[in-house]
Amino acid sequence: MIITNIETVPGKNIVEHFGLVSGSTIRAKHVGRDIMASLKNLVGGELKGYTHLLQESRQQALDRMVDQARQLGANAIVNVRFSTSSVAQGAAELYSYGTAVRIE
Amino acid sequence: MYNLLFFITLIAVGYLAGTFAERYHYRSIHMREKMFINLPAVTMKTVDYPDDRIKSAELVYGSAVISIDYFKRFTASLRNIFGGTIKSYESLIDRARREALLRMKEMAGDSKIIVNVRIETSTIGRNANKKSVGCLEAIAYGTALTVD
Repeated sequence: MIITNIETVPGKNIVEHFGLVSGSTIRAKHVGRDIMASLKNLVGGELKGYTHLLQESRQQALDRMVDQARQLGANAIVNVRFSTSSVAQGAAELYSYGTAVRIE
Repeated sequence: MYNLLFFITLIAVGYLAGTFAERYHYRSIHMREKMFINLPAVTMKTVDYPDDRIKSAELVYGSAVISIDYFKRFTASLRNIFGGTIKSYESLIDRARREALLRMKEMAGDSKIIVNVRIETSTIGRNANKKSVGCLEAIAYGTALTVD
């Protein structure tokens, strides 16, 4: 599966469009990380626990999108975008979407 | 009285540790930016390379969550009274974005160029709905092209 965030896959021709595919996940971190983060808030700097959590969830959102594209019979996803929103206290939604295509 | 003492301690710890951490982080950012000087990240969607020379295209991304220290949060809330630029938040956002860009470049491996780079920021965490900025996430993503 080739994933890009430009309109085409360079060097390849798009032969079929399958429309929008998307994947999302909502994650909350456990209390231990929350406490660590609020302590870290005092001195500033990178919150490694949160960074790790968001990277993991973004990967999951991507995986779900890829699964959906594979079911449609696509072999590439172009024009992929990410977006993040905080839904509730301490939970974040990671969303990724793009256009599934078949390339040759 | 104890409350005041507690508050002053928090500010002092925040100031000392925060300044040290920020200086350390900036030094590491400068060093890694020099390392990746041969890997340009551009916002253009097309490049001048002919199509048959481009071997592969791949989505790359990187993110960082940065929070500011107690002292800076305090000065920022003072600044809110009079208005004007809030320098402490500027460095926070700058650090998060540059770190995200660097992580994206680390993921790109031996690619030649990263096209269509987008940078997004969002506030997450418990303070997201309040007025104060708790911590901030920056994400950078783009398409890494490998050229012969």
